Amino acid sequence: MLEIKDLHATVDGKEILKGLSLTLQAGQVHAIMGPNGSGKSTLSYVLSGRAGYDVTSGSIRYKGEDLLALPPEARASKGIYLAMQYPVEIPGVTTINFLKTALNAQRRARGETDLDAVSVLRLVRGHAKALNISEEMLRRPLNVGFSGGEKKRLEILQMSVFEPSLAVLDETDSGLDIDALKLVAEGVNTLRSPDRAMLVITHYQRLLDYIVPDRVHVLAKGRIVAEGGKELAKELEAKGYADIVKDAA
Amino acid sequence: MAAVETTKDQVQALGEKYKYGFVTDIEMERAPRGLNEDTVAFISAKKREPEWMLQWRLGAFRRWREMKEPNWARVNFPKIDYQDAYYYAAPKSMSDKPQSLEEVDPKLLETYNKLGIPLHEQMALAGVAVDAVFDSVSVATTFKDTLTKAGVIFCPISEAIREHPELVKKYLGTVVPVTDNFFATLNSAVFSDGTFVYVPKGVRCPMELSTYFRINAGETGQFERTLIIADEGSYVSYLEGCTAPKRDENQLHAAVVELIALDRAEIKYSTVQNWYPGDESGNGGIYNFVTKRGDCRGRDSKISWTQVETGSAITWKYPSCILRGDNSVGEFYSIAIANHFQQADTGTKMIHMGKNTRSRIISKGISAGKAQNTYRGLVSMHAKAVNARNYTQCDSLLIGGQCGAHTVPYIETRNPTARVEHEATTSKIADDQLFYCLSRGINAEEAVALIVNGFCKDVLQQLPMEFAVEAQKLVSISLEGSVG
Repeated sequence: MLEIKDLHATVDGKEILKGLSLTLQAGQVHAIMGPNGSGKSTLSYVLSGRAGYDVTSGSIRYKGEDLLALPPEARASKGIYLAMQYPVEIPGVTTINFLKTALNAQRRARGETDLDAVSVLRLVRGHAKALNISEEMLRRPLNVGFSGGEKKRLEILQMSVFEPSLAVLDETDSGLDIDALKLVAEGVNTLRSPDRAMLVITHYQRLLDYIVPDRVHVLAKGRIVAEGGKELAKELEAKGYADIVKDAA
Repeated sequence: MAAVETTKDQVQALGEKYKYGFVTDIEMERAPRGLNEDTVAFISAKKREPEWMLQWRLGAFRRWREMKEPNWARVNFPKIDYQDAYYYAAPKSMSDKPQSLEEVDPKLLETYNKLGIPLHEQMALAGVAVDAVFDSVSVATTFKDTLTKAGVIFCPISEAIREHPELVKKYLGTVVPVTDNFFATLNSAVFSDGTFVYVPKGVRCPMELSTYFRINAGETGQFERTLIIADEGSYVSYLEGCTAPKRDENQLHAAVVELIALDRAEIKYSTVQNWYPGDESGNGGIYNFVTKRGDCRGRDSKISWTQVETGSAITWKYPSCILRGDNSVGEFYSIAIANHFQQADTGTKMIHMGKNTRSRIISKGISAGKAQNTYRGLVSMHAKAVNARNYTQCDSLLIGGQCGAHTVPYIETRNPTARVEHEATTSKIADDQLFYCLSRGINAEEAVALIVNGFCKDVLQQLPMEFAVEAQKLVSISLEGSVG
């Protein structure tokens, strides 16, 4: 599904990723953990193609294709989804309208026909209920005045609606209380499937109690410094990043 | 709904450039080039006008000769040679008025079809009566029966001058005086045609009234004249939409619109203006100098302007309300988009004269490319305007780093009980908003359209349904090429 090789990337001329390699198979959920400033968010932005995050060397192959050659909107229509740490507000654009616009843009790029408003609403409603997202919320402008938890739930709702092949969740747990966290995790877990891969980026082990990863990678100073099974997350929790990072160095 | 769908498809099919740039090949009947008393007399004769109308025009012309072009607006353009233009052009085949649509020149109908306003569909499905102005002569008026039954007069103003002289004499030039300003005075002298509406006492006009204006002949200035009178306790909603074919030389457009609302009457006037804005390097485009003013003459009357201004190389336009009657209400909802080298200087004047008068101004200005966009507004509270209130909100959105947004609000208060509120914001489309859309599969142009439509929502909501859809599409089209 995803093969990252010796990836170097800069932001504002400063190198953040310094030779990151990672392979993710379909059906698997991998976690990326790491201290602040290790390059976690940079990785998520590089994967989704954000301007200003420049890859200087290395490669990313997605379903065998050179991902770096694709503009961000093409990556989305080919099934890459990024649940953002800080979802953005768009005043005046209702959530449902945004979902419809995005979904149809992706469908069009894939040569599929547009879904009409009624079909979109039906589709969205089905997923919204499980995430405790009300009709009223769908009619509000996108993320405007939403609480932290609402914003994160909406990110997961979009993921359910778009049905991506590769989902990258960037600190989806930040700012969530335990109930919201459970709700979000449940939403994510129902999307686990043999033909879908997920990359769960988090600072804390807590989220991984609910979204249990197949593999854990530790990112520090722009490189993967340790790898292991889900027990690695527990170890990190107990020992802290400093030791692991030091051990690896 | 089908008409709406067709319009939508049509607009969607426009692609990245202004696609209304086609010229219909119809033999024109023209006044000689230049402007003098003979030209004025020619136009008046063409319209088979009575003597009093000719004299009215000549009075305006003589006045105009002594006036100077205003230069206070934030717009720059080469000097206009008023003697180098034609002031009257009519499609020749229209000299004999068609009795039905079947008799209308097929080329005209074809043009309307290209514009996405098929008359048949509009008539049958949208329930809109269309008084279509093609260049200077009104060619088709529909739904006349329904309107006649209700007692509503909806006709070309040239016809009203002949058939309803008492109404025209009573109201023409009473809101925008002949001497009001350079462009209005010019219009008074040479206006070619336009629309007249009279809604009698207590009548709620049974349908939205709509006129599509369009400039077709090269070098022909367009001087539309509109007069709408809502008698006591009546209501009317009027829709005006514009598109123009592509031409290289600049074209002058100087319309005058007068609205009169008597006691308890309400007029809602909506415009989607999409004149040719010039090309991407700033060549060509329409010069749009418009005087629009409404007079809330009666108690408890209301006039509401909604405008979506996306076109023209230069827009100089200030739809205003004179709140004369006690408790009268004036509203101005505006979206002005300037892209490439467009210059827009637009806003409103709310003149509070009566007691308890209220006004509301919501202006959304969007600038992209190298465009300059100015909101210029006046809120004036006269001495007798006890407890008058105004709320003004001016929001500007900038796309890219080479455009400009300017807000010039004037406030005058001569009554201590009057209240004036003004809020203004300026923002840019943020990188993170754009990236958020991209990461969801929405391309940059679509993203800008989405964000801008969101920004304009408060105003778009004021438009009648069928117009709102079209306006949304136009907002998107106008900003194509502004990112990336």
